[in-house]
Amino acid sequence: MKTMLNKLLGLVGLVVLSFGVLADDWQQAASGLTGKSSNHKLAAIEAMLEFDDPRNAVALQGMLDAELYYVKADRQLVIATKSGRSFLLTDLQGESLGEVAKSKIKRITVNNRIRREIRSGLAMMALAGPDEDARFSAVRSLMANVEAEQLPLVEQRLVAETSAKVQDKLRELQAIILLENGDDAQRQSSAEFLGGRMDAPSRNALLRAQSDEQNAEVLAAINESVARNQQLLKLNRAAENLYFGLSLGAVLLLAAVGLAITFGVMGVINMAHGEMIMLGAYTTYVVQQLMPGHIELSLVVAIPAAFLVSGAMGVLIERGIIRFLYGRPLETLLATFGLSLVLQQLVRSIFGPLNQAVITPQWLSGSLEINGVLALTYNRLYIIIFSFMVVAALWLLISKTFFGLQVRAVTQNRAMANAMGIRSSWVDAMTFGLGSGVAGIAGVALSQLTNVGPNLGQNYIIDSFMVVVFGGVGNLFGTVVAAMTLGVANKLAEPFTGAVLAKILVLVFIILFIQKRPRGMFALKGRMVED
Amino acid sequence: MSRSIIVSFLMRDKVGNALLAVLLALAIIVPFCSLVFEPGDTFYLSSYWVTLLGKYLCYALLAVAVDLVWGYCGILSLGHGAFFALGGYAMGMYLMRQIGERGVYANPLLPDFMVFLNWTELPWYWQGFDMFGFAMLMVLLVPGALAFLFGYLAFRSRVTGVYLSIITQALTYALMLAFFRNDMGFGGNNGLTDFKDILGFNLQHSGTRAALFSLSALALAGGYLLCRFIVNSKLGRVLIAIRDSESRTRFIGYRVERFKLFVFVVSAMLAGVAGALYVPQVGIINPGEFAPLNSIESIVWVAVGGRGTLFGAIFGAWMVNFGKTWFTGAFPELWLFFLGGLFVVTTLWLPKGVVGLSAQLSKMRRSKAASGANTEAPVQAQAVEAEPQPQQASQVAPEPDKQAEPTPKNLDQGAANV
Repeated sequence: MKTMLNKLLGLVGLVVLSFGVLADDWQQAASGLTGKSSNHKLAAIEAMLEFDDPRNAVALQGMLDAELYYVKADRQLVIATKSGRSFLLTDLQGESLGEVAKSKIKRITVNNRIRREIRSGLAMMALAGPDEDARFSAVRSLMANVEAEQLPLVEQRLVAETSAKVQDKLRELQAIILLENGDDAQRQSSAEFLGGRMDAPSRNALLRAQSDEQNAEVLAAINESVARNQQLLKLNRAAENLYFGLSLGAVLLLAAVGLAITFGVMGVINMAHGEMIMLGAYTTYVVQQLMPGHIELSLVVAIPAAFLVSGAMGVLIERGIIRFLYGRPLETLLATFGLSLVLQQLVRSIFGPLNQAVITPQWLSGSLEINGVLALTYNRLYIIIFSFMVVAALWLLISKTFFGLQVRAVTQNRAMANAMGIRSSWVDAMTFGLGSGVAGIAGVALSQLTNVGPNLGQNYIIDSFMVVVFGGVGNLFGTVVAAMTLGVANKLAEPFTGAVLAKILVLVFIILFIQKRPRGMFALKGRMVED
Repeated sequence: MSRSIIVSFLMRDKVGNALLAVLLALAIIVPFCSLVFEPGDTFYLSSYWVTLLGKYLCYALLAVAVDLVWGYCGILSLGHGAFFALGGYAMGMYLMRQIGERGVYANPLLPDFMVFLNWTELPWYWQGFDMFGFAMLMVLLVPGALAFLFGYLAFRSRVTGVYLSIITQALTYALMLAFFRNDMGFGGNNGLTDFKDILGFNLQHSGTRAALFSLSALALAGGYLLCRFIVNSKLGRVLIAIRDSESRTRFIGYRVERFKLFVFVVSAMLAGVAGALYVPQVGIINPGEFAPLNSIESIVWVAVGGRGTLFGAIFGAWMVNFGKTWFTGAFPELWLFFLGGLFVVTTLWLPKGVVGLSAQLSKMRRSKAASGANTEAPVQAQAVEAEPQPQQASQVAPEPDKQAEPTPKNLDQGAANV
C-alpha cells in the first residue's frame, strides 16, 4: 500500500514536472530487468515507472506478452517476434534491428507477482494520463478485465480524478471489484449501485455474482439490480429501434416531401421524382470532385447546388412535357416514367454504371454514446434534424410567403387566380421546380446513407408514393406523420420478421389501408365527385 | 340469335380478322420452317428464332390483357407483370416437379433448391403440381384469385385512377420482394430453372419448341377472340362507359365495381396464361419478372400500339419488343433512351398509338384546312384529342371538355384539387 502511494505521488509529480529526464536514466533503471531474481525485476519496474517514458508501456506490455528479450551481447532490451527459425528484433522505440538467431537473445521471464505489478503499472500509466478521454477508455479497458488487485489503484484515482465523467466510471469499476471481493455491506451497496448501469461488464458482473452469492440479503439486492438492468436493456433496445425507425422515417420524409409538393399540391404524378433525388446525389459527388480539399464543406455547398440542378431539371420537365398533360394524370405518369428511364441512362452514360464513392465528412461519422447499449450514429441524427428543417422551410414557404400564396391560389382555383393577375403557368413551373429541387436536397442527404448509382431513385420512388398517398394527398403534415409512422413501424417489425418481410408487411398494410381510406390518413375535407 | 351477333362481330373487325389469319398461318408455317427444312435452307428457322417469336406472342397476349383493362375500362394497372409472373411460376412449379430424379441432388420429390436449403418435406403449396391439369388450373386460378381479392377490395372502396396504379405497382413490388426470399419456397433469387421436359417432351427439342410456339399463337388468337367478344358485348359497352365517365355510369345504375372486377380477373387470367406459355420457352422464371419496370413496359406496348384497339396492343407488343431485341443487340446503351423516348413521344403526340396515326393525320389535315395554317395548333390539339381518361381521384374537376380550347381549360382540371 505504501509503495503504491509512493509510486502514485511520484507519478503525479512526474506527469507535471519531469518531461526532460534523460533517456540514459531510464535505461539505467530498466537494466534491472535483465537481472536473474524477481526482486531485481520488481525494483526495476518500480524504478522505470518513476519516469514518464513511452518505452515503459512498450516494455511492460512486452513482458506481459512474453515478447521482451535482451540481447546477450550488450544487454539491450528488445521486442522479439518469432519468424521462422530466427527472431525479428525491434527496439523499444519501434526501430527494426534485423533478424537474429535464438541463441543471441534471452527472454525476460516473469512470474505472477511481477505480472500483477506490471498490470497495475500499465493501468496506472493510462489512468494518470493527461487526456480525459484516454483516462476514460483506460477505466473501460480495466472494466473488461477486472482484478481484485486494482482496487487500491482505483480508490486512489477516485480521490485524484478531476473529471466527473471519469470519476463516475471509476466508481462503477470500484463497484464491480467490490461486488466480487468486498464484505457483505460492500457487496450489497455495489449491487445496488450497479443496477441501472448499462455497460456489458457491469451487467456481466451482476450475473456472475447472482450465481455465486451466498448471503441472502445481498442476493436480493443483486436480483433486484439484475431485473432492473434487464428492463433497462429492453428499454434501450426499444429506444434504439425507435431511433432507427425515426431515421428511416426521416429518409422517407426527405424522399417524399418533394413529391408531396408535385403530387400533393399540383396533382402531377412525377414518376421521375426518384431521378431528381438521384441527380441531387450525383451533384454531391460532382461537388466533392470539384473541391477535393474541402470535403468537410462539400455538403454545405452541395445542398444549394443540388437544389438548383434538380430544380432546373424540374422546370425543364414541366415546361417541356408536363404542361401539355395537365388533367391527364395517367399520361403524365407514363411520360414521366419514360423520362425517368432516359435520365437513368443519361447518368449511366456520363458517370458509368457503377456506384460512385461519395465521401462522408468527418463531422458526420462517429456516434453519440448514450450508454453502453445505446449509441446514436451522427449521420442518422443529422438526417433526422435535416429532414425536419427542410419540411419546416417548405411549410414556411408555402404558408407565409407571397410565392406560397400564389401557389395555393392557383391550386385552389386557377381561373380565379388568373383573373387576379397571377401568371399561373409561371407558378406551375416554379412549384414543380421547387418540388424537384427539394428532391435534389434529399439526394444530398441520401448520398451519405446509400450507394450513389443510376438506380438510386428507383429504390425510393415506390416508397415515396406510398408515403404521400398514406399521409393524404395535398397535406404536408400528413406526409410527415406518414413517413415517421412507416419508418418506425418498419423498424419495430424488423426484429420479429426480418427486414424484407417487414417491408412487405408495410406495403401490404398500405394497400389495405388505402382500401379503407382511399384519400389517406389526413384527407382534405369536402364533398367531391370523381370524373 | 347470339350466333349471328358473333358472326357480325367477326365480319366487322377486318384488321383483327387479318391478324387472326396471320396468327393461324404462323402457327403452321413456323413449325414447318423449323422442322421440315434443314439448317442452311433459305426457309429454315432455328429454334432461337422460334423461341424468340414465341416470346413475342406471349408478350402480345399480355398486352391484350393489359389493353382489356386499360384501353377498355380505364384501369391502369401497373402490376400486370405480377399476374404474368404468377402464371409463369405455376408452370415453373410443374416443370420443376417433372425434373424428378434428374436434378443435381437426384431427390425424387424435392426440387434441388429445397434440398440445398435442407428442407425435408415438400411444402403444402407445392402439392399437386406434378399433375399437368392441376398446374394449368393454377395458372388460371392463382392470378385470378389474387386479382379477385385485390380488385374486390380496391374497386369496392372506389380506389381509382392514379391511386390504383400506384397500389398495383406496390403489389407487384411487394410480391417481388417476397419471391426473392428463400423461405418462400420458390427458389429465391435464382427462381425456377433447369427444366427438362413438359408432358414427357424434351424442352430442348425443336419439335417441342415448335409446338409451344403454335400453342402460343393459338392462345393469342383465343385471347384475342375472347377479349373481342367481351368488348363487343353489352358488357363491353358498359366497360367503355366506365372508362369514359365512371361516376356517370354508376349514377345511371350500373354496379361499376362488379364490371371492373370481372374484367380485371379475366385480364389477370389471360396474363397468367401468357406467363405460363412464356416460361417453358425461355426456360426460367425468377422474381425479376415481378419488377415494376416489366409491368410498365407492358403498358408502353399498349400505348405505342394504340390502346382501345385490341390488335393495336398486339402490334405494339411486337414493335417494341422487336425494337428491344434489335437495340439491346446493336446499341445496348441506347435502349433505355429509346424506350423512355417512346413513352414521352407516345403520350405527347400519339395518344391513340400507331394504329390511331392515320385517323389522327387525316383529322389534322381536315382541321388545318378548316382553320387555315395555324402552326401552333398540332401539339396542343392532339393532346386534347385523346379520349377522356378517368380523372385523378381527388379532383373536383368537371367532365373533360373534348372539343374545348386547348390549354387553359385543360390546365384547370389538372390543378383544381386541394
